[in-house]
Amino acid sequence: MSGVAKATGLLLILPFVVLCARAEASGSKDANDSSSWFKLPPIEVHGFYEMRAGYRTRKDKYAKDMSIMEARAQLDLSSYMSWGDIRVKGDVYGDMVEEQGEFDLREANIFLRPFDFMDLKIGRQILTWGTGDLIFINDLFPKDWQSFFIGRDNEYLKAPSDAIKISLFGDWANLDIAYTPQFDPDRYIDGTRISYWNSVMGSLAGDNAIVHTDRPDRWFRDDEIAARLYKNIDAYEIALYGYRGFWKSPGGQNAAMNQALFPDLNVYGASLRGPLGKGIGNIEVGYYDSSDDAGGKNALINNSEMRYLLGYTQEIGRDLTMGLQYYVEQMMDFHAYKRSLIAGPARDQYRHLTMLRLTKLLMNQNLRLSLFTYYSPSDKDVYMRPNVNYKINDNLAWEIGANVFFGDYPNTFFGQFQNNTNIYTGWRYTF
Amino acid sequence: MRAIWILTLALALGISVYAWAGAEPAPGDEKPDIQEIVSKANIVAYYQGNDGKAKVKMVITDKSGNKREREFIILRKDVKDGGDQNYFVYFHMPADVRGMTYMVNKHAQLDKDDDRWLYMPALDLVKRIAAGDKRTSFVGSDFLYEDVSGRSLDEDTHELIQTTEQIYVVKNVPKKPDAVEFSYFNVAIDRKTFVPMKMEFFDKQGRLYRTIESKKVEKIQEFYTVVKSEVKDLKKESKTEMEFSEVQYNINLSDDLFTERYLRRPPREAIR
Repeated sequence: MSGVAKATGLLLILPFVVLCARAEASGSKDANDSSSWFKLPPIEVHGFYEMRAGYRTRKDKYAKDMSIMEARAQLDLSSYMSWGDIRVKGDVYGDMVEEQGEFDLREANIFLRPFDFMDLKIGRQILTWGTGDLIFINDLFPKDWQSFFIGRDNEYLKAPSDAIKISLFGDWANLDIAYTPQFDPDRYIDGTRISYWNSVMGSLAGDNAIVHTDRPDRWFRDDEIAARLYKNIDAYEIALYGYRGFWKSPGGQNAAMNQALFPDLNVYGASLRGPLGKGIGNIEVGYYDSSDDAGGKNALINNSEMRYLLGYTQEIGRDLTMGLQYYVEQMMDFHAYKRSLIAGPARDQYRHLTMLRLTKLLMNQNLRLSLFTYYSPSDKDVYMRPNVNYKINDNLAWEIGANVFFGDYPNTFFGQFQNNTNIYTGWRYTF
Repeated sequence: MRAIWILTLALALGISVYAWAGAEPAPGDEKPDIQEIVSKANIVAYYQGNDGKAKVKMVITDKSGNKREREFIILRKDVKDGGDQNYFVYFHMPADVRGMTYMVNKHAQLDKDDDRWLYMPALDLVKRIAAGDKRTSFVGSDFLYEDVSGRSLDEDTHELIQTTEQIYVVKNVPKKPDAVEFSYFNVAIDRKTFVPMKMEFFDKQGRLYRTIESKKVEKIQEFYTVVKSEVKDLKKESKTEMEFSEVQYNINLSDDLFTERYLRRPPREAIR
């Protein structure tokens, strides 16, 4: 609910910001040209219209056959003042699966460059850092897993943050600090669109068991802070990361209230990326300190974890790129977890995940074939994302793709989604 | 005295190219040195001034006459004349790539790959691009990556095959023929300006299959600049026209520009 309240708040602020911007712009114009009193500030308008439709390939007791069915318009407005840049980007869409109209404000921010050594971005914004390719360790900004799995464009995997980002640039290193005054969780799988493994019920569930959460939502108290200290040495990018906040998707249970929780989480990590052989190599690690579960004695709260990622990307043919990643999650207090586990199948101490990405461009790079395959040898599950995208002309594109899940067990990360396998297609007109 | 003055000025402005590009050759003199011709032409084509900015418009026309357009701002700064360079490309068109920024640290050394990054604003993602075959299409046009960033002179052997009143024709044969799709290419170089006026690529069977022509040359500041060029792919029957506008040289681009800070958020004056 408060997400909607926040969006409404931002909407109320926006006209004011735009008015100020106009006053400023016309003010600066006046100085040069008295005839342009009513001249509008230079607002750039872009965006797209899109239609998307998709169906489940298997019957799912807990979800509709339609996996996605929506018409969407995105409007992207930007303006440039002497003191900074303003950007507002929002989506309006009619969602036939949920049978309602939606508004998703993607960005509403002001960007300033107040000093030679400082950049500031204030407001709703998309934030990303880290070296993984669709695998995130030190990027603890909100993700929209639901959009990702039902076949929306990749850009929707990143959900916006209401934050202030301060970037400081020095000779020795650069520092980014992103402060989110009120916790922005992931748009996690809650059962409305995607069926999932419900560990309390010990079965697959969906619209029969929507996840209810107790989201920490006190302003300036349930806040998040993320920092990145980074530097490039020759062609190598080195970074250290820190985060203090909460598990971004539910990471615990309040059994008495039948509520999912977002327990406290601190993350410390590092990454390195640079040329390796004929391609690009990257390594990233992170320690997830689940501080509400000190010692791992509480089976209802996520264990602390170590996460490791190795990646390599290379062009293996003409306009053909291959990416390989190997990712491990290690539970730090596994024995305590296992001892305290009340019911249900236990997780493995180590979750191994491999990922292969192939991208091929054809027909003067107007046709893109891509395939991501995640395979976990420990969970014995697979997630594939094939996609074909064809640019009919400079404005119009057509795509078809699928989200394919299978697994040996119903409770593993991808295996739980096996009834959600879907095929989708979409048209997009960009302007 | 005049020579010293020019030299001093050139050094002061850091325009080592000036003396080369602007100097009048004496036609009909003794046979010029081939290495000198190709390196002068290379400087004129890719290293004018210390840095530069231009707005680039491309129109790609396929076999059936369908047109696609690209529009971007290109910024360049030389680390060393004839050597390493940094590039920054900011896309305005087509709409689906608007705002994307592409950054290249070009390394002239043959065994060192260029470093390339792409910033995607919708995801706020800085992506590292694996070095690729330089003879693949640049942004889907008939220009190849190598046509835009320059082909190292050390990759080919050069031979002066024709000299006329106006031009030198240089034949270039790759030292590693298996690495490229052509068997050789000829370049017609203007004797006065050292601007490459026409390039003709011949396939492994010796047939002409690709041409790049300089359609319009202007003197901008001190520098002869190709402001309109056209590449034709005779096999695919497609062509791409490229037009440069708002060309500026020696604009004192800072080295800091070619960093993640400006990749994520280019300076305003650099992108419009």
